[in-house]
Amino acid sequence: MTVVTWVLAILFVFPLLWMILTAFKQESDAYSDPPKLFFKPTFDQISGVLNGDFLPYLGNSAFVTIISTLLVLLLGIPAAYALSLAPVKGTKNALSFFLSTKMLPIVAAIIPLYVISQNTNLLDTVWALIILYTAMNLPLAIWMMRSFFLEVPGEMIEAARIDGANLPTLLRKIIMPVVAPGVAATALICVIFSWTEFFYAVNLTAARAGTVPVFLVSFITSEGLYWAQLSAAALLASLPVMIVGWIAQNHLVRGLSMGAVK
Amino acid sequence: MSTLSVPAGTASATTSAPAKKEASKSGKRRLPLLPALIFVIAVTQIPFLLTLYYSFQSWNLVRPGSQHFVGFSNYVDVFTDTTFLGALLNTVILTVVCVLVSLLLGLGLAILLDRKFAGRGFVRTLLITPFLILPAAGALLWKTTMFDPTFGLLHFVFHTDVDWLSQFPLAAVMAQIVWQWTPFMMLLTLAGLQSQSKEVLEAASVDGANRWRTFYSITLPHLSRFLQLATLLGAIYIVNSFDAIFLMTQGGPGTASTNLPFYIYQRAFEGFDIGQSSAMGVVVVILTMIVATFALRLMFRAFSVDGGTK
Repeated sequence: MTVVTWVLAILFVFPLLWMILTAFKQESDAYSDPPKLFFKPTFDQISGVLNGDFLPYLGNSAFVTIISTLLVLLLGIPAAYALSLAPVKGTKNALSFFLSTKMLPIVAAIIPLYVISQNTNLLDTVWALIILYTAMNLPLAIWMMRSFFLEVPGEMIEAARIDGANLPTLLRKIIMPVVAPGVAATALICVIFSWTEFFYAVNLTAARAGTVPVFLVSFITSEGLYWAQLSAAALLASLPVMIVGWIAQNHLVRGLSMGAVK
Repeated sequence: MSTLSVPAGTASATTSAPAKKEASKSGKRRLPLLPALIFVIAVTQIPFLLTLYYSFQSWNLVRPGSQHFVGFSNYVDVFTDTTFLGALLNTVILTVVCVLVSLLLGLGLAILLDRKFAGRGFVRTLLITPFLILPAAGALLWKTTMFDPTFGLLHFVFHTDVDWLSQFPLAAVMAQIVWQWTPFMMLLTLAGLQSQSKEVLEAASVDGANRWRTFYSITLPHLSRFLQLATLLGAIYIVNSFDAIFLMTQGGPGTASTNLPFYIYQRAFEGFDIGQSSAMGVVVVILTMIVATFALRLMFRAFSVDGGTK
């Protein structure tokens, strides 16, 4: 069974392994029939991409991802608190409203978003993407964080209240230590979804505020299809999220299951 | 978007005198919720209301000054447009097939991973990686190194000259999406499998249940909420699939692999037909809302959310 698992796993990720191999080939090795498994590796493609105009796109992606994730946490943590530990009236309505916004096809809003960003001079700026990614991730983040907040034992909060702890103390001493891993998992999911978002980025940005997915598209149209260089670009564009995801995969599992364990 | 639910902020405005103190208290408790709620309402509802407004206009950007009110005529056009109906069908097929196949593959891989074996951590790392690469990168990768009729790996493995992207465009796009989403399904199912109580499983084997029986009667019911969640989240994202189609087939050949997101995009950004594409957007929202109402119910059952009480 172990062998079967290994073989299946390698088959499954083979396209990806192939991309990584291709990123270290010369173009002539990338196009060959039969495909070459062994070749003289080169860093030409990687350095070619890095010396091209990749870095500004990388910078935009990093800025948009970090700021929008911080905004999600800033808006989402109080909301998740209000919907779990100090539940307000209409919690169910609020939760279903948040979720319903996720179910909306984003194409239905792209035309007005384009018009609005143009009229507010936000078109092709990072700020348009930051606002949209925050709104895109906030509903899911609130759902996730709410389920983590629900894991804080009620008795602990009661006991602290009786001891006279006010809300800030309560948050800092009792709640945050319990929910911190959940908040981290939520942030991770937001980072992945912001970094990989394609539709808004392609339609609302161009040269100035383009993110990494936009770079991949511009790459094809401007230079034709060079497989080795394309693979190098795809690898570099994905690498930051890949590394973060690998390191934090246990958080990822827990975050994705959103406390469904309960 | 706007009618699915009443925002919590408007839920209670009690006016009777004894309830006043209670009301102001609950108003204060609601304060932490408001910024998030207002932000999401503003960013999601305003564009939708504008889409609704545009959908009653004849407005093509190519003809300046053409904008005027036309009533329901855009909607009539939508339902008589065979491309729209084809795109609708493609969207349904793509979503249902991709969700089911990736869910089954994910379940299978999760079962294989839910054992102790040499290199398990590494294998899991490998398997989640397709979810972590950019979907745009994944789409381009499949288009070139997998599906290319001359230099692609599929050509090499099967020794056929099939041009996958033009002969089986929808299936090719679906293969890429399944590949991208299987790790997500696997991670969720794995979380479910690992949260099973080992005692129950041992008890079942002591009682003489075989592995299939144990899986069917104990594991599957335990997994059901994880599977529901995976289905729901997967469907939300896959129904909006755009990257794979835009980058792999451009909806073609003809309209063979056009789905609704891609078609609306085409009408808006290539046909510049704002009125028509807005009407399509509204129709898609209404259809989604109908499906989503059922999905939401499922979700609430799965999580047994009940008015905010634990």
